[in-house]
Amino acid sequence: MKIITGNDLRTGDVIWWTGEGWSRHVNDAVDVPEGAEAIIARENAKQIVTDTQVIDATLTDEGVRPAHIKDRIRALGPTVRLDLSLKPADPAAGTWVI
Amino acid sequence: MYQYDSYDQKMVDARVAEFRDQVNRRLAGEIAEDQFKPLRLKNGLYLQLHAYMLRVAIPYGTLNGAQMRMLGDIADKYDRGYGHFTTRQNIQYNWIKLEQAPDLLADLASVEMHAIQTSGNCIRNTTADHFAGAAADELVDPRPYAELLRQWSTFHPEFDYLPRKFKIAIIGSETDRAAMKLHDIGIQLVTNDAGEVGCKFYVGGGMGRTPMIAPVIGDFVPPLQMISYLEACLRVYNRYGRRDNKYKARIKILVHEIGADEYRRQVEEEFAHILTLGLEPPPAELERIKGFFEQPGFDAAASDDLDLSDPDFAVWVKQNVHAHKQTGYAIATIALKPVGGIPGDATADQIRLMADLARDYSFDELRVTHAQNIVLPHVKKADLYTVWQKLDEAGLANANLDLISDIIACPGLDYCSLANARSIPVAQKISERFADLGRQQELGELKLKISGCINACGHHHAGHIGILGVDRKGVENYQLLFGGSEGADTSLGTITGPGFSEDGIVDAIEKATNVYLDQRADGERFLDTYRRIGMAPFKEAIYAKEPANG
Repeated sequence: MKIITGNDLRTGDVIWWTGEGWSRHVNDAVDVPEGAEAIIARENAKQIVTDTQVIDATLTDEGVRPAHIKDRIRALGPTVRLDLSLKPADPAAGTWVI
Repeated sequence: MYQYDSYDQKMVDARVAEFRDQVNRRLAGEIAEDQFKPLRLKNGLYLQLHAYMLRVAIPYGTLNGAQMRMLGDIADKYDRGYGHFTTRQNIQYNWIKLEQAPDLLADLASVEMHAIQTSGNCIRNTTADHFAGAAADELVDPRPYAELLRQWSTFHPEFDYLPRKFKIAIIGSETDRAAMKLHDIGIQLVTNDAGEVGCKFYVGGGMGRTPMIAPVIGDFVPPLQMISYLEACLRVYNRYGRRDNKYKARIKILVHEIGADEYRRQVEEEFAHILTLGLEPPPAELERIKGFFEQPGFDAAASDDLDLSDPDFAVWVKQNVHAHKQTGYAIATIALKPVGGIPGDATADQIRLMADLARDYSFDELRVTHAQNIVLPHVKKADLYTVWQKLDEAGLANANLDLISDIIACPGLDYCSLANARSIPVAQKISERFADLGRQQELGELKLKISGCINACGHHHAGHIGILGVDRKGVENYQLLFGGSEGADTSLGTITGPGFSEDGIVDAIEKATNVYLDQRADGERFLDTYRRIGMAPFKEAIYAKEPANG
């Protein structure tokens, strides 16, 4: 699947395109098989998101999994500070990115 | 320490106001990201993997207690309660909100700090010997010259858009504690037989994808012509440095391609011309600056005795305390390298504690080292035990300076958008594998440095053991290097061969240390043994196939 990601302009938070807006949780990302460039152009014009890009991902039993490790770390947070990640209560969360 | 005059303060305040306006216009949609990005980068604000990252300049790694305390307060107020001290003697915050960045910069400006010269193709924040003004082996205090460099380089219009970023380090001791020969320009203040001070210029060093050791270009430049000589070095680079290929744009490539002799000839020609222009700052300015770096009011009667009856304190003193030029005083280094911790990270509370210790026990001075540690440069020996106790209570009494767990590591793929692999987890696993301090002491001085990509922010080329993280088809892989060093015996590490997995690299390092323990001669460090016996025995050990079970 193809998903769109970027950063919230004001906060810098990593965000994912949900089809209707932006979410901080990668599992909310929707497949955008085509038309991604138009969505990015439209959203960029709103000046609320920056550094937008289309990335590859797969839909697994655990949810949306970005194809590249860099994007998986973006999705989770730093693996060395899971307390600051999206899964602070899961001590094994870091293994998800590998 | 230097204190801002009205010009310094006005410049920094004006810069904050200008950036506030730029941020407001960006948030209002009046300027686009491609217009705004170079503006925020000029103010040290990057967009990294998870958020905006602010890199704050700490000129020549020197700061006072109030500045350090502000760094701790900023960690709480604008970030997530911690900061990361870097290999360029700066500090980075990883979770900054764009909308709050101007307020943060205003807070910094209130203590004479900023984030200028921490990004872009300009002359970056100058680094220096972190023991400057304190070291027993110091010939000349480099700080006044470093401050002059700061004033000259800040907003220098001619050198604001160089072919690539430009890094200068300056020292004034025989011992090079600033990796001087691995900078674009390294300046060593030396003295001649007549006792006169001169500047020895090393030009064209660097790490990154093409590591090079800087050759000597100027042997003995008079200090009052240092700026003119720098102008000449920069002008030749600015004129002929490549702008068509960012990977060949650093000055080291120019010096290498035209040769040190030809580069020197051109610099000398330009230098002769510049001297006719009278661009050098007036001697009175250097003297004015020197006035800020007078020795603090040391107690001349301070005792040189030290009670080492507490064995844990004695271990820390042996490892982390260095000789001071003043009798009765010592230099204490706080290693930000706990077992299993993140190299260079400190919590807001720890930062504030270090600020308090500086205020109470080190004439209100601290230094940041390029090895991501903190120095209290002027501690009375009689106060060392108290300082150590307070550090111990805060988890900061790690007695591992220059040992295998005193690892330099870049933020790596956990934070950095340029990285290919994670650095910090590897550092954590190594420090856990070698957690036993007695084992570390048995291994002796062993500088281990990890970079998460070829840009080499973790100085892997200069590690006795270096690790370079690479991306191999989407999987993290770690190349191993032996034989790198910085300082007087600067050398570049050699890659051992095929890379390793995250766990495999830890095993390989342990095997290499076993080879060292087996083969070392009396007094040899790991690096010395490697240089004597060569790569082969190490390679044989680390790539040996494990015997099959059964």
